[in-house]
Amino acid sequence: MNESLHLWLIPLLPFIGFVLNGLLGRRLPKSVVSTIALLAPLGSFLVVLLASRASLPHTESYGTWITAGSFNIDFTFVLDQLSLIMLLVITGVGFLIHIYSVGYMHQDDGYWRYFSYLNLFLFFMTTLVLAGNALLMFVGWEGVGLASYLLIGFWFQKKSAADAGKKAFIVNRIGDFGFLIGLFLLLANFGTLTFSELAAKIAANPAMTGGVLTAIALCLFIGATGKSAQLPLYVWLPDAMEGPTPVSALIHAATMVTAGVYMVARTHFIFDRSPLALSVVAIIGAATALFAATIGLVQNDIKRVLAYSTVSQLGYMFLGCGVAAYSAAIFHLMTHAFFKALLFLAAGSVIHAMGGEQDMRKMGGLRTKTPITFWTMTMAVLAISGFPFMSAFFSKDAILAAAFASGNLGKVLWFVGLVTAALTAFYMFRLWYLTFFGETRSHDTHPHESPRSMLGPLVILAVLSVAGGWIGAGRFAAFLSPTLGTKTEELTGNLEYVMMLLAVAAGALGWFLAHRMYHQRSAAAQLAAPAPAGHNLLANKYYVDEIYNIAIVKPLLILSKYLLEWIVDFAILGGLAWLLAGIATLSGAILQRWQSGNIRSYAAWLALGAAVLLYFVLAPHVFGAPSLPFGMAGH
Amino acid sequence: MHLVSQEVPLVWYLLLSAVLFCLGVVGFLIKRNLITVFMSIELMLNAVNLSFVTFAHQWHEVKGQIFVFFVMMVAAAEAAVGLAIIIAVFRVRATLAVDRIDLMKL
Repeated sequence: MNESLHLWLIPLLPFIGFVLNGLLGRRLPKSVVSTIALLAPLGSFLVVLLASRASLPHTESYGTWITAGSFNIDFTFVLDQLSLIMLLVITGVGFLIHIYSVGYMHQDDGYWRYFSYLNLFLFFMTTLVLAGNALLMFVGWEGVGLASYLLIGFWFQKKSAADAGKKAFIVNRIGDFGFLIGLFLLLANFGTLTFSELAAKIAANPAMTGGVLTAIALCLFIGATGKSAQLPLYVWLPDAMEGPTPVSALIHAATMVTAGVYMVARTHFIFDRSPLALSVVAIIGAATALFAATIGLVQNDIKRVLAYSTVSQLGYMFLGCGVAAYSAAIFHLMTHAFFKALLFLAAGSVIHAMGGEQDMRKMGGLRTKTPITFWTMTMAVLAISGFPFMSAFFSKDAILAAAFASGNLGKVLWFVGLVTAALTAFYMFRLWYLTFFGETRSHDTHPHESPRSMLGPLVILAVLSVAGGWIGAGRFAAFLSPTLGTKTEELTGNLEYVMMLLAVAAGALGWFLAHRMYHQRSAAAQLAAPAPAGHNLLANKYYVDEIYNIAIVKPLLILSKYLLEWIVDFAILGGLAWLLAGIATLSGAILQRWQSGNIRSYAAWLALGAAVLLYFVLAPHVFGAPSLPFGMAGH
Repeated sequence: MHLVSQEVPLVWYLLLSAVLFCLGVVGFLIKRNLITVFMSIELMLNAVNLSFVTFAHQWHEVKGQIFVFFVMMVAAAEAAVGLAIIIAVFRVRATLAVDRIDLMKL
């Protein structure tokens, strides 16, 4: 029995913050609210740091949750290499974003509400990551969905924000349905939901491949596509940008949306046994990466570009998972958390500077007015574009190399990933040029640099974005190998360098095109230039929302309206209710006559009742008849 | 043994008691004047008293007599409270007809 690491503190501290701010925050001054809210993730981060020195994996159980026959679910937290990386990212980046939020949200009326939701999110997210069994993970999974819903719809007075919150929640439910079916299948086939037991049972049965494992893996993956915004369930994430920008950074870029990748990595022992499921994961990941990147090319809202970029980068991570390069996927997850959080926070700083303007066409020339934001953003843009020796250079390269090394399908996917890398560089530099270069295209705003509480996190994240990959994919994989196993196919020698060069070249190509189109041409020329073919298709996001609307939402509405509302609800359920009410009313109308209000009629009934009672008591004595069922008839 | 039981059988006393009680019930049910209703209640109480006394005598049991004292005591208290209420009602409503004292009705 090794010493306790008090893992329970990690989710509990944010939960205390949530309760305190949620219940009392309205009456507390802002400084107290932010102190409480900041202490929670800081405390969790410190607990994680302390725990990281222990020998891993480390399991702590806090009692039984559900017992039914042989089936048993405990409140178990597991700290291993995988959950340690995730926790460091969640609490570390989460803490930075909390600091940033203090500056970003300082004028908002819902300040206390915002921070209590943010802490609630951390509570559920750390629960999700620490969970030692799939059901506890599901609790966190649903909880982060709730927190996400609350924060997307944070400005709920705005209809678009409230709608976006609902959309996110409903689309996630579809994915959760798949997740739940996957859990039921696991339970039916293995009788347990504890990850370690599942892994042991599958390992003990080497002949078991495909079949039910494929079904389970695909169901779990459906859950992942919902949470991690993959095709075809990605539609909620771009709309989620209605939330405050730090929320987009924390929940919809750095942490929550990566829960799907984490889940696949956590259950990799299932996916490993199902080549079909792995192929599906890889294809969906690569397709999403390309698809979202193309949409990102033409978006004008600075946050939407980043949102599609997030969808695209998550696609990379699933591509990594799909070629069984889980450690590469987690590596990219970590570096992505750094640079995408930075991108969002810098974008928030830009929006702050522009007085709430999000349209890049109205920005421009911010380089000199917001120098720190500019430089940190530059680091992030270079990082995501795969500039040599920046973080994503290592992680993206690891994924692409793993894809290339995994057979013929992998080579196709590798090429898709390479094209996506070029597109990524293009839209990121487009954003960069439109925002920071050229002349100012907005004349009624006076851009100003953000307060120090916002710039501090930017600088720290910029350092992490640059240096986050220096550990190297190989050492990272070695660190994670106790949890994720070791990868067999490795690229060696010259081929690896060729791959690297190709990836860098793709990024450079993207930069070059963006430079030509958005820097060398003046703003007027950009606007005057004829829209290239396909521009409309991309600007309208492939009409996916419209297609979903016609194919799914409208039929559902019609079904609900006519079949469910009129026939089932009104006719059947309503009819039953009316019938019951009618019976009650009728019997009431009859019995009501008894309650005449006439005192002498009551007295008469009383006397009659007494007489009847007396008769039954005395009748056996007087007439010798068999006694009626009254206990007192005996004496 | 006893004069009473020799001369008048027990059943006559009980019959008288029952008749008085029924008179009380009927009076309570059909009379409209509040005071008459009140007197009917007294009649019922005293009918019961009569059967108590009868049985007490029959069984040489003093408990029956004691019960009669209790009943008389309650009846006295009830008469005091009841008459007070009747006077109060009469002052407000200027009537003693039971059916018209219906302020509590919906």
